[in-house]
Amino acid sequence: MGFKGRDVISIRDFSREEIEEILRASRRMIPLAEGKKTSHALDGKILTLAFLEPSTRTRLSFEAAMARLGGSCVTIADPAVSSLRKGETLHDTIRVLSSYGDAIVLRHPNEGAARLAAQASAKPVINGGDGAGQHPTQTLLDLATIEEAFGTLSGLRVVLVGDLKYGRTVHSLAHALAIFGSEIVLCAPPTLGLPAEVREHLETIGAKVTVEDELSRAVRDADVLYVTRIQRERFGDEREFAKVSGSYRIDRALLANAKPKLAVLHPLPRTGEVAPELDDTPHAAYFRQAFLGVPVRMALLALLLTGKVP
Amino acid sequence: MTAARELKITPIKNGTVIDHIGNGLALEVLRIIGIDEIDKDSTVSVALHVRSQKIGWKDIVKVENMELSPRKANAIALIAPTATISIIRDFRVREKRAVDLPDRIVGILKCPNPSCISNQREPVESEFDVVRRRPVVLRCIYCERLVDDFHPHAA
Repeated sequence: MGFKGRDVISIRDFSREEIEEILRASRRMIPLAEGKKTSHALDGKILTLAFLEPSTRTRLSFEAAMARLGGSCVTIADPAVSSLRKGETLHDTIRVLSSYGDAIVLRHPNEGAARLAAQASAKPVINGGDGAGQHPTQTLLDLATIEEAFGTLSGLRVVLVGDLKYGRTVHSLAHALAIFGSEIVLCAPPTLGLPAEVREHLETIGAKVTVEDELSRAVRDADVLYVTRIQRERFGDEREFAKVSGSYRIDRALLANAKPKLAVLHPLPRTGEVAPELDDTPHAAYFRQAFLGVPVRMALLALLLTGKVP
Repeated sequence: MTAARELKITPIKNGTVIDHIGNGLALEVLRIIGIDEIDKDSTVSVALHVRSQKIGWKDIVKVENMELSPRKANAIALIAPTATISIIRDFRVREKRAVDLPDRIVGILKCPNPSCISNQREPVESEFDVVRRRPVVLRCIYCERLVDDFHPHAA
């Protein structure tokens, strides 16, 4: 398995064995990400961050990952100053940027932008989120969080909660969980269910997928609750939004009969789906999940730029 | 029977015969061929609802003085997977083949996702992987949208 020079566009581009290798490498990065050890593995390497859509945590965690390994970053953090605003194609922008550094991270509002960038770039391209499409490093850190909590990614019962229609993180995560053999339970408002073609794809690759309309029932046997934000703009009627979002609120009362090891994940930012009263319970995995973004991205950068991890 | 058939569809000297088109799809096939691209002095014959031993009822399209490009044959394969294509030269069938859907479709379809990068002002052609053949399901290589309802256009 060679990672050096590869693009990271979609989680589908990676086999189960490759994902396992990235997660193993990520675990080795944790002491470095915590600042307990130092590394110069990426000394002299430059990562170009082209964030053509606003993002803070993805961009900052890539910057932190690069800095922890001794490398540096050049960054477009504001699309308003980029030459795309002057009418340049993304293809040309990427072609130019790829000559400035050793790899590019792209965040872009259009689906498929990272695939196009990979065609234009002579250097590896990492998809930092393209529209409602893929966000593979988010999926990898979600998997790292679940694996850290349970020691495995197989045989778990993972409930996906909230907006399963538009939430880009859940489609990729469901694909990855399916190839590891975990059961997927879908719990969403009727208008925000998993698209039929995504569900069909999951079943094609052998996933066990069930639907549970009642969150309190779904929670009972769950190992993981993966919660996503339900966005107000998906609803025409404010009252309808309030009703739906209220019924997908995770709090202590809901988890009263949950398994003791139940882990609650959320890609953050949250807007009320997960009650702050859970933050200090053993169920809260979401802040750990956010931190694990750094070692996962360190591992990936080291593998893509040098072919090995320090 | 032969005489009656000849009356319905006259032979052509040079050109392409697309036979075994699923019933009712001839006009879609014509749209893919692109009427504008056919020589103005040439004849186009369309037979609708013709009895077929192979597929029950079928449509046939004959276009004089035009040999179908592989790209257009791929597009026809998308909507008429049972079609056969014969290239006629000097009244003889010089080449006959069933349409064959390739593993990747380039430049024939527009991705139905308006937010897909292939629909923006970028120097790329649309590209789809064929993920299922009967019925045909495609996946955009850019946005990964699955497509099973499509109307190919000649690209």
